[in-house]
Amino acid sequence: MSGALQDWKSQKKPFAAVVSAPVFWLALFFVAPMAIVWLYSFGQNAGPADIEISGTLDNYKRATEWLYVSIFLKSFAVAALTTLLCLIIGFPVGMAITFAAPKWRPWLLLGIMLPFWTNLLIRTYALMALMGSNGYMNKGLGGLWEGASWLRTLVGMQPLEAWTPVQLLYNNFAVVLGLVYVHLPFMVLPLYSALDRLDKSLIEASLDLGAGHFKTFMQIVVPLAAPGIVAGVMITLIPALGAYLTPDLMGGTDSQMIANVIERQFKRANDWPFGAALSFLLIYAMFILIAFQSMRSNKVKAA
Amino acid sequence: MTQAKQPIIQIRNVSKRFGKVTAVDNISLDILAGEFFVLLGPSGCGKTTLLRMIAGFEMPTEGQIIIDGQDMSLVPPNKRPVNMVFQSYAVFPHMNVTDNVGYGLRISGVSKGEIRDRVAEALELVKLGGFEDRMPDQMSGGQRQRVALARSLVMRPKVLLLDEPLSALDAKLRAQMQFELSDLQDKVGITFVTVTHDQDEALSMASRVAVINKGEVAQLAPPADLYEYPANRFVADFVGSVNIFEGKLTLDEPDKAAVDCPGLGKIYLNHGVTGPHGADVWVALRPEKIYLHVPGEGKAVRAAAQDAPDGHNLARGTIKGMSYLGDITLYEIQLEGGQMIRVSRPNLSRHDQEDFTWDDKVSMHWRADSPVVLLS
Repeated sequence: MSGALQDWKSQKKPFAAVVSAPVFWLALFFVAPMAIVWLYSFGQNAGPADIEISGTLDNYKRATEWLYVSIFLKSFAVAALTTLLCLIIGFPVGMAITFAAPKWRPWLLLGIMLPFWTNLLIRTYALMALMGSNGYMNKGLGGLWEGASWLRTLVGMQPLEAWTPVQLLYNNFAVVLGLVYVHLPFMVLPLYSALDRLDKSLIEASLDLGAGHFKTFMQIVVPLAAPGIVAGVMITLIPALGAYLTPDLMGGTDSQMIANVIERQFKRANDWPFGAALSFLLIYAMFILIAFQSMRSNKVKAA
Repeated sequence: MTQAKQPIIQIRNVSKRFGKVTAVDNISLDILAGEFFVLLGPSGCGKTTLLRMIAGFEMPTEGQIIIDGQDMSLVPPNKRPVNMVFQSYAVFPHMNVTDNVGYGLRISGVSKGEIRDRVAEALELVKLGGFEDRMPDQMSGGQRQRVALARSLVMRPKVLLLDEPLSALDAKLRAQMQFELSDLQDKVGITFVTVTHDQDEALSMASRVAVINKGEVAQLAPPADLYEYPANRFVADFVGSVNIFEGKLTLDEPDKAAVDCPGLGKIYLNHGVTGPHGADVWVALRPEKIYLHVPGEGKAVRAAAQDAPDGHNLARGTIKGMSYLGDITLYEIQLEGGQMIRVSRPNLSRHDQEDFTWDDKVSMHWRADSPVVLLS
């Protein structure tokens, strides 16, 4: 194997030529701006549009105030709940696609992917239209209520009171529901790819050896789908943790997440240094999650 | 071989249809306790579907499967007294050998001590002692198959089902495993039901073989009967190599019969065939049952064919192809009528293969008990 394309170590010039453009791009548009924001986090406002980088840690100190810590914790809780619900809903979906007839599989996957290709803002507003106090969910529930009321009159009972619309929007429930809706495809796709690779005869072997469906699921399917589960959890948890649009549009006054607080610092409060500090704390948190995951997968590989 | 003669599996008028495709078409057969039963057939003939119905992974569209006197119609796979060795072995990749073999026992709540003893015993049986802590990806295909065997045998099933057990092994290992499987079956006394498309496997291991074609049983017989007394053209052709010629039955008495084959000549048999006189029949002649001679040895040929009337069981031709296989040489010979016939000849001495070569004119004869007359 001595072809020029095989070994870039001996062909440094062409390799450098090919790789320099993306490196330059990353440096200019990712590393440099992030470095600037990182520096801001050690600075303070010196005027309406002027930031003095003084090396102060005040911004980080302020971030440890309970107000912000509690929002961080709450963001974690909401993201974790979202991930858990996505896993609970996504696993059967992934299984169903895996076991569907081959000719149906691409269409089912398309059904999962389709929302991906629609603008998040439009999807969120559409969901809100559905969930509003005059939306179709409330209308449907109202119809059921009236039906139940009518049934009661049939058997000679008092009719129910008039239907009062349920407040579905602008609360934590709406935020979690919205986040689950948005992130479900992120969970289903890695789960599907892990389950699809699973040799179906392993499931049959487990049944053959006397295990029921539940034991087979717990002892065979889940352990073997573990890489897909971990990937799905990470790929759902991290964006959910930094969710901005969903809590902003669908949440109430008490359902803001850390991204909403950061946005307010950069815009309304015009406190870029503090916003930068909060941003980097969020990024560090995500780094820790990713580090945990790669440590775990290294351990699995070593075993 | 000791054989209890009661059937352990009774298959009663079982059919299986997938949509419009009939995979198994009204099959009825009994598998006897303690026998090594083989389902043999080409791919897509329905043999694997039948095996999977015995295991419970497929439900018959019609008919009934009875295992050990119990109707299995409503019994799921995990409650059946059978275990299966899968074609892919299906060894659990996330468990070591001990955990794989002990899986079924753990599931059914057997005590830890007993699991340890039975796993050790099963591993000894399949000669995997010392492999207890290995992970499946550290083992060869043959070793993984032994794990799968041990994992099933440790359950002490009434019947062990094996789906193409040797297809993924290389030729040497396959020959060795054929012996080992027969040995193992003798030792544990469990009924084995094996699916294979490989006739060598079927002939070498089975006590009885069911040849399956297009979802139906073409013939059910012990291996030697299958080879020497095939019931129809499909079996004659599928099991071993054979020459088949069309002809008309001209004589059929209890102790002799004759067939006139336009392609081959006059055939004489020293037994009756009980077919209607003048019927269209087929004559099957195995390549190794035909003797080759140099044409000059006319007297010798006539002498050799003296168990038949003059002019019967003889043919002439020209060698058009030959392949030297070491133990035998295979000849493709064009008969005087133009049809081809295959003849194999053992290389009894080191120079036997030099006796004949391309374009040589040769004579052939066969004994009166060699041809088989087939009515279908």
